[in-house]
Amino acid sequence: MQAKKRYLILLSAGTCLVLLFYFGGVQLPSSGRNRHDRSHNGYRPDQPWPHFSDPLQQFLLWDQPDTEEYNIHISPRQKRDVNTSVYKGKRCRMDSCFDFSACKRNDFKVYVYPQQKGEKISESYQNILSIVEGSRFYTTDPGQACLFILSLDTLDRDSLSPQYVHNLKTKVQNLHLWNNGRNHLIFNLYSGTWPDYTEDLGFDIGQAMLAKASISTEIFRPNFDVSIPLFSKEHPRTGGDRGYLKYNSIPPFRKYMLVFKGKRYLTGIGSDTRNALYHVHNQEDVVLLTTCKHGKDWQKHKDARCEKDNAEYDKYDYREMLHNSTFCLVPRGRRLGSFRFLEALQAACVPVMLSNGWELPFSEIINWNTAAVIGDERLLLQIPSTVRSIHQDKILALRQQTQFLWEAYFSSVEKIVLTTLEIIQDRVLQQESRSTLMWNSHPGGLFALPQYSAHLGDFPFYYATLGIKPYPKFTAVIHAVTPLVSQSQPILKLLVSVAKSQYCAQIIVLWNCDKPLPAKHRWPATSVPVIVIEGENKVMSSRFLPYETIVTDAVLSLDEDTVLSTTEVDFAFTVWQSFPERLVGYPARSHFWDSNKERWGYTSKWTNDYSMVLTGAAIYHRYYHFLYTNFLPASLKGMVDQLANCEDILMNFLVSAVTKLPPIKVTQKKQYKETMMGQVCVNLTNDLFERWHPMTSSRASRWADPDHFAQRQTCMNKFANWFGGMPLVHSQMRLDPVLFKDQVSILRKKYRDIERL
Amino acid sequence: MCASGKYSSRGPALIPRMKTKHRIYYITLFSVVLLGLIATGMFQFWPHSIESTADWGLDRRSVHDAPLIRLPVSNPIPERGDLSCRMHTCFDVYRCGYNPKNRIKVYIYPLQRFVDEVGVPISSTGLSREYNNLLSAISDSEFYTDDVTRACLFVPSIDVLNQNSLRIRETAQALAMLPRWDKGMNHLLFNMLPGGPPDYNTALDVPRDRALLAGGGFSTWTYRQGYDVSIPVYSPLSADVELPERQPGPRRYFILSSQTAIHREYRAELERLKEENGEALLLLDKCSNLSQGVASARKRCYKGQVFDYPQILQESSFCVVLRGARLGQATLSDVLQAGCVPVILADSYILPFSEVLDWKRASVVIPEEKLPEMYTILKSIPHRQVEEMQRQARWFWDAYFSSMKAIGMTTLQIINDRIYPYAACTYEQWNNPPLVKWSSVNSPLFLPLIPPRSPGFTAVVLTYDRIESLFRVITEISKVPSLAKLLVVWNNQNKSPPEGEKKFKCPECTAIDGLSLDQTHMVERSECINKFASVFGTMPLKVVEHRADPVLYKDDFPEKLKSFPNIGSL
Repeated sequence: MQAKKRYLILLSAGTCLVLLFYFGGVQLPSSGRNRHDRSHNGYRPDQPWPHFSDPLQQFLLWDQPDTEEYNIHISPRQKRDVNTSVYKGKRCRMDSCFDFSACKRNDFKVYVYPQQKGEKISESYQNILSIVEGSRFYTTDPGQACLFILSLDTLDRDSLSPQYVHNLKTKVQNLHLWNNGRNHLIFNLYSGTWPDYTEDLGFDIGQAMLAKASISTEIFRPNFDVSIPLFSKEHPRTGGDRGYLKYNSIPPFRKYMLVFKGKRYLTGIGSDTRNALYHVHNQEDVVLLTTCKHGKDWQKHKDARCEKDNAEYDKYDYREMLHNSTFCLVPRGRRLGSFRFLEALQAACVPVMLSNGWELPFSEIINWNTAAVIGDERLLLQIPSTVRSIHQDKILALRQQTQFLWEAYFSSVEKIVLTTLEIIQDRVLQQESRSTLMWNSHPGGLFALPQYSAHLGDFPFYYATLGIKPYPKFTAVIHAVTPLVSQSQPILKLLVSVAKSQYCAQIIVLWNCDKPLPAKHRWPATSVPVIVIEGENKVMSSRFLPYETIVTDAVLSLDEDTVLSTTEVDFAFTVWQSFPERLVGYPARSHFWDSNKERWGYTSKWTNDYSMVLTGAAIYHRYYHFLYTNFLPASLKGMVDQLANCEDILMNFLVSAVTKLPPIKVTQKKQYKETMMGQVCVNLTNDLFERWHPMTSSRASRWADPDHFAQRQTCMNKFANWFGGMPLVHSQMRLDPVLFKDQVSILRKKYRDIERL
Repeated sequence: MCASGKYSSRGPALIPRMKTKHRIYYITLFSVVLLGLIATGMFQFWPHSIESTADWGLDRRSVHDAPLIRLPVSNPIPERGDLSCRMHTCFDVYRCGYNPKNRIKVYIYPLQRFVDEVGVPISSTGLSREYNNLLSAISDSEFYTDDVTRACLFVPSIDVLNQNSLRIRETAQALAMLPRWDKGMNHLLFNMLPGGPPDYNTALDVPRDRALLAGGGFSTWTYRQGYDVSIPVYSPLSADVELPERQPGPRRYFILSSQTAIHREYRAELERLKEENGEALLLLDKCSNLSQGVASARKRCYKGQVFDYPQILQESSFCVVLRGARLGQATLSDVLQAGCVPVILADSYILPFSEVLDWKRASVVIPEEKLPEMYTILKSIPHRQVEEMQRQARWFWDAYFSSMKAIGMTTLQIINDRIYPYAACTYEQWNNPPLVKWSSVNSPLFLPLIPPRSPGFTAVVLTYDRIESLFRVITEISKVPSLAKLLVVWNNQNKSPPEGEKKFKCPECTAIDGLSLDQTHMVERSECINKFASVFGTMPLKVVEHRADPVLYKDDFPEKLKSFPNIGSL
């Protein structure tokens, strides 16, 4: 038994050993095999960088930063001063060549030198100056100014051009505010001349910033200069045409894949690429046409291909090709930029850039990869296969982005100039600057003011992009203009019914009445806080001030005599949550073009479409309060205040200019049917029933004034003039509750009160 | 992977007590099985072990085995970096070619040990752990090629991460000796600590011809926009310390300064801020009374109170990252890892990967001059924004800072994006954290357009065999003025569609479609919805309570004046 026991122990010990060995043995080769397999089945034949087993040193020693600290004796302030003195001229940066102290916090003001007698100024430059003078940045006081703009025309610095201004050097030096160009901005479209087209302006710009077209990456000083697009004399001053894309077609391919039609230079700078274009021309969907016929003595330089090229060139129409091509080639000319770039952008023809070294327009803020194909002149022959490889989805996105960028930054001289100023303002204010997302997505940087908030979620435009939702409550702002005398006044009824809304966070009563504030106890007791604010100067515009007490994203704007039920408010708010960037209101109005009077007309008739909703009862994002107050010029706001009218029209103009979409009308209770119908049938031309309820008839109201309607007509035309076009858009749609007037039991309807008379 | 490994580790079965008679039988049986096992083990083990030792040999390779190269004093030195270099002037794009994947090929030179004529190495540290990790990552990536003739980008194995450990002139000579150097064309150097005392240049001082520089600490004067790549300074703590991600929100401190090497002028200003704002600020410095050792890097002190670093960073909303002798600071990485919003005070500094990353969403940049106003500036930032920046900061670290591999891959992707710009990563891909990527809605038709009526619409009618119903639909729909085209999809394999030009008349057919009343039909559709939702991983449908009607819908108004009078007449 003893021996057997020993035998058993020996055996089991052996078993354990063997098992250990077995498992250990299996593990090693199997891991080895895995590695082996990976290197065979993978995309590479061998392990290229060996895994070194030595204990390697770290690149950064723990105490290195400390020891290095002892090496700096120079004070950081001195170091900054050194930078300022060292980095000049071609190495200018904001840190070294710009005086930030001249720009007080939150105050970016631009001074324009007064125009001197006898100085001729081109129309384009005149436009630029008048746009700056009309902008909210303008100041007449050089002491307040952060940025200076010359009244000397620097746009055309081609010495062979008739627009060329001579003796600029002395003229500039004689300006007593010049200060070696510090905080100056110089606009330029053309520089240098035949044959080398250097980018020299012909005078010493000192420490001035350049806003220059066709600027090359070598000359361009990042975050200091601004690259602007080349625009023609005919480029509209304000407004400007919209992009040509009217609807999206899917699949997004057009008749041609890639087109070009332009001059060929044969020799000299910029001729190489255009001379080689014929290699990729296939006469079918890639149509690249050049002509040698330009200049006086083209016959002298012409080569063997000229005749053939010229003949082919004449067969096609530039406009036709532009509008019917998916991609447009934009090769460099003598200079790096060309008019073609903007033309292609507007025509929704995706630009294919072949201009090595061109710092693209507004490159500091625009991500051009989303709207253009950046090609390389050296790889011309690959261009057709490159554009063919681009997926349909990408083409669709590129094309839409061309339209967004065109309308946001390029469609008028005004947009180009304002974008330039806003870019510089962003650099100056730093904390209050736009993120890349704000510049590159709808509605663009000119309408998204960073002074409003640093948080993207505070704007109405980025909810979907960020995957968030607006705050699910609203603040009601009631505009009170009549004293509180009786307890049956409509404002009190309104207060109660609005306060009952489940989405109401608070009510602000804006006391714009000359009489003193009523005592607190005169306001009805409500479940939500009621805040009474005394209106600033008691003017109309104060109803759209960005009050800090408005904490919700949504604002319900109300006139004191508005009649609204809680159900109506609830429903409108749920609609707004789906369209947070738009105006959601009840009574709607429309505009039309009066061809007899050649001006815009305003109508309150019941029509099949509308383009405005009255802000006497409308829900919108609180950002529009900020935009109304800070974006619109004093002239328009002043007009509104003076007339005590049109503030709603102006708000509609503003929101539609931003969104490019109509407001949204929701259904409302038809309370005073007979009055309304009577008026409609008589088809009154004036606007006595401007409001949808008869409160107005009982007392003297601004709405009953016969001038009121005429004023609104005038307002519309004034506003359209400032916006450079008519931003309002018509809609034929009204949003009703889902079961509205359907033949089902009223008990099944959530918003049943809206249907009840 | 982890889960499957658990099953194989079960121990052997217990040997049961049994009668002596059977014992021998069992022992024999057991022995046979054992022998079998041993045999299998041997069989499995031996043939592969030969290979595996070879593999081990490769893995055990030492940096000291690398060939030794002696640099003659007279060897040429490359020119200093050309500040005007851009991709179209200094980069040979022909080497990258056109390929369907739009991916550049990267070659890594094999390791060599360079020494000067007397045998002194060109670098005091040789290959660092970090550079080794970086090169391993590149060689494991899809960018790698071992075919030098097909390469678009060349990465030398000479480690220049830290200029302090380099002999400038000899390193430059070594670079020039690389077989494909060719004026540094298409060569990429990684450097994190540039410059040296007393001036601390903001770019690597090693002359390098036209080579691209991925540098940490570029200033706007040395950075060649669109050519160089600005990279972070890797923090060794990234690998050593694990900080769990914290929910964004307010923290114990408002501002925290944790750097130990801060110029006394700036420290004085920070202390002034501390006096004014008290508890909201925590101003840490190195600990003077700690026992020496590596641990000192992991401790910070305030008036004798000891804090764990970098854990303490998680206790603050904002963390100061001040320039030191150099602009790039490893602290930035620690701060991001902690999900603390970096407050960067380094004038003219080019932020890491600024070509693609939107730092506005993850940091606050304040001019050094405005350090005294820091508190007021930060206080003006809305809470929701602070929370978003905290989340964004952590995401930047996870994606682009956390390892040498992340830094290397990001750098290569940026260069790749320049060479194939039409296939470049989008802003959203670079900047949106996974949470946002999931929840955001990006409509492919994002342009606000109200299309004109003129192109009309195409009606697509799906049909099986109910011809009469089909004809009724066609007749009705063809009355619509905006109809541009009518497409009938014949979804029936058994019958062929009716031929010829049929005159479409509305036949007398039952008005109400019985199908949707069918109970099983509804059940099936519910199942569909559940199935789709599970595949989408979420319920993409949204509920609204509104419906679009024509403006004058059901209004008490003459019908003949309405644009769409017949809607809802059913």
